[in-house]
Amino acid sequence: MMEEAREGSLSVSVQTIRVTEAVRDGDALTFVVISQKLSGSGEYHVARTHEDFEWLQQCLFSQEVVPGILGVIFPPLPAKPQLNAPTKVLKQLGFLAMGEDWRTYCRALETYLQQVAAHTMLSKNKCLENFLTSSEPPGRQRVRKGIFNRLSQAMDGMRREGHKDVDDFFQTERDNNLTLTGCSKSATERFIDVVLTEQKLAVACGHFSTSLHLCVEQEEDSTVLAFSKICVKLSEVIDSIKRNFESVAENNLSTMGLGLDLESRYQEAEKEMLYRRTCKLVELETASRNAERAKPVKKAAMDELKVAAEKEFDHVSGVAKQEIARFHSARVELLRQALILWCEKQLETARDTSTRYSQHLQAFKELGE
Amino acid sequence: MADGDSDEGEDAFVGNSNPVAESFHSDAAKGEEPADVFSEKETSTTVNSSITTSNPKSNGAHSDDENDLFAEASVELSMENPSATAKPSGAESTRSLTPSTAATQPKSIEQLEEEEGKDNFDMDVAVTNPEKIGDGMNAYMAYKVSTRTTLPMFRNRTFSVWRRFSDFLGLYEKLSVKHSLNGCIIPPPPEKSVVGMTKVKVGKEDSSSADFVERRRAALERYLQRVVSHPSLLQDPDVREFLERDELPRAVGTHALSGAGFLKMINRASDAVNKMTIKINDSDTWFDDKLQEVESEELQLRKLHAVVDSLVNHRKELCGNTAVFAKSMAMLGTSEDNTALSRALSQLAEVEDKMETLHQEQAASDFFILAELLADYIRILGAVRGCFEQRMKTWQRWQEAQSTLQKKREAEAKLLWANKPDKLQQAKEEITEWEGKVTQYERDFDRMSVTVRKEFLRFEKEKSKDFKSQIVKYLESLLQSQQRLVKFWEAFLPEAKAIA
Repeated sequence: MMEEAREGSLSVSVQTIRVTEAVRDGDALTFVVISQKLSGSGEYHVARTHEDFEWLQQCLFSQEVVPGILGVIFPPLPAKPQLNAPTKVLKQLGFLAMGEDWRTYCRALETYLQQVAAHTMLSKNKCLENFLTSSEPPGRQRVRKGIFNRLSQAMDGMRREGHKDVDDFFQTERDNNLTLTGCSKSATERFIDVVLTEQKLAVACGHFSTSLHLCVEQEEDSTVLAFSKICVKLSEVIDSIKRNFESVAENNLSTMGLGLDLESRYQEAEKEMLYRRTCKLVELETASRNAERAKPVKKAAMDELKVAAEKEFDHVSGVAKQEIARFHSARVELLRQALILWCEKQLETARDTSTRYSQHLQAFKELGE
Repeated sequence: MADGDSDEGEDAFVGNSNPVAESFHSDAAKGEEPADVFSEKETSTTVNSSITTSNPKSNGAHSDDENDLFAEASVELSMENPSATAKPSGAESTRSLTPSTAATQPKSIEQLEEEEGKDNFDMDVAVTNPEKIGDGMNAYMAYKVSTRTTLPMFRNRTFSVWRRFSDFLGLYEKLSVKHSLNGCIIPPPPEKSVVGMTKVKVGKEDSSSADFVERRRAALERYLQRVVSHPSLLQDPDVREFLERDELPRAVGTHALSGAGFLKMINRASDAVNKMTIKINDSDTWFDDKLQEVESEELQLRKLHAVVDSLVNHRKELCGNTAVFAKSMAMLGTSEDNTALSRALSQLAEVEDKMETLHQEQAASDFFILAELLADYIRILGAVRGCFEQRMKTWQRWQEAQSTLQKKREAEAKLLWANKPDKLQQAKEEITEWEGKVTQYERDFDRMSVTVRKEFLRFEKEKSKDFKSQIVKYLESLLQSQQRLVKFWEAFLPEAKAIA
């Protein structure tokens, strides 16, 4: 029986949280989550499914009514992976579905956990502690309705994205966010196309290399032998080209691809938060109007509602401002790391390949008659 | 001996010709003035004539034929010894500057000295400067054909003429008519392309027409290079005329008989031949074996060509994707508030743009070097098959003559019994005539067998050299691209690190 979500502090070190592997269990994936104890006396080793992650996210949403919780940019959780539909899962998950053994997906989950654990408000949630440390899987119990419903309530109904803001700062932020969400989504999709083509090229090179082997004759004749040698050597060259494409594609998706995907989802998360605030704004404006127009008998009640709405809105905006500042520095840092890692990996691959090509060229020139 | 003209040609020709890029540069260093077309380009295919080591032994069949000009030419020119006595041609690599003197057979001192002193090439041709002449459907492309040579049979050392595609086809036909019956492997010209040419005529100024013209120009050049590196064909006055003469009479009738058309004819003929189930009673299975090899190799090359084609297409796709991605990164960069990040993203967009260019170049390299090489050899293998089939036809002719002779003899025997003196005389004359034919055809067949064998070995050697040099070229371009890529990433890394 899970204890109620309570305030507490995390007993593990944030940076050490890792999702090390994904184990396939029939139709489901189980993820191994490891974290180091803050006390330094060891580590926690737990197995979690995507449902467990979802439970955690719901917990976070449905926290005790913390003032301004709606202003929090919740770290985005990657969607659940479909195991048996490769094309569908690619559409749904993009880069996270690529790469071997769900490595990229694990990295995304890891980032999610680290972001939650690093968040001052969210990390205090006991659910996180349980999630990371309890050997028992978190129950599939119904999460308290609480805030979560209010969150979802805030999301449906009339479209309020275009609602003009009262605060310039927020209006600008909303506008920028709209642009960036679009740009990063588009960039991610385009980059996926690049990586897919690189993978196709690797496969085509594989075919080429294999076909060349079929040209080899087991002949004694020296002239035929010479040509066979050429075919074999060329096949080695094409094989190198293939391996290069594979490395380049892998580098792309595991660093920059992952980075773009995260950026894209993170922007979406900010968008959701801004939208919630906008909804609150509308609520406030409605309450104000109601209070103004209220008949004397209802006036006091309406005024009270208006004051409550105002207070809530101010809390949300206050939290939101902080969150936005945090968000910007966090995402710049994330992108920075992604770009550096990407560049370093591609540089290393490029240099390796260059050396290999150089060796091939030398070997070819030396091919005697 | 043969006529004096070709004698001089022979002597100069005895020197080794190695028309490779390196040797050009070395010549330039020696102070020669290379024509522009040659110094700029790396003459792609090192299709050079084989080492000329006069080898009287293999010429046994020839020396009888005093009057056969062709036989004489074969005597002088390379007789690559197919058997184990062939010495590996020493320093014959693309780098060799000195003509390899792999002389295992006795050579005259003068010949040897000439070889040492000779330039590394005797002959080189280039096809450049495609120009559109005229307008509309009557327009055509003219190509500049430049020759640089030390062979005295030409009037000058360097000269150029203008030729159009049908001229090349015309040359091919003339050579085919004259030499295919001798067992020569005639290099096939590039194919006609109605679609390609129509685009050019209509004046479509897009990259596909430019590609088409470049592809054709390169193919024509390779074709000519193969022709002039063939020792017998080079001696043909039609080749000389093609290279030297200012105005060439317009080749007519090339519509029906394009290179492909001619090959189709050969293929149809070969089908007919096969249907007649001709089985030459070869003393050794060499010809059969080789023909089988050729056929299976043609299939393999076709497969390879298809694979390379798909490679080229994927690379082009990558180009497109990279360009689109670059744009989206640029947009991301401009929408970004953080200055350093914004700049890094814009730089990244530029890097991606440069990579797109690299991909383009690589796709071109894949295509122009690898794919075209394979396409060339698929065509050449067709010509090789045609050559083998010509030999079969020659054999068949001999066999038929023998059976006709037999019939004539039987007829004569009958007449002897029937005692008809006037008819008898005629019969005797016919027998003599056919005896002569049988002898002639047998000689033709033997000679052709020797030639085909020699031609085939030459072809195999050339093929290896060709492939090797093209692949080296391909690798060089690959390496160059890769090195540029390294530089791009090296330049970008500090930008990424500068983000704060």
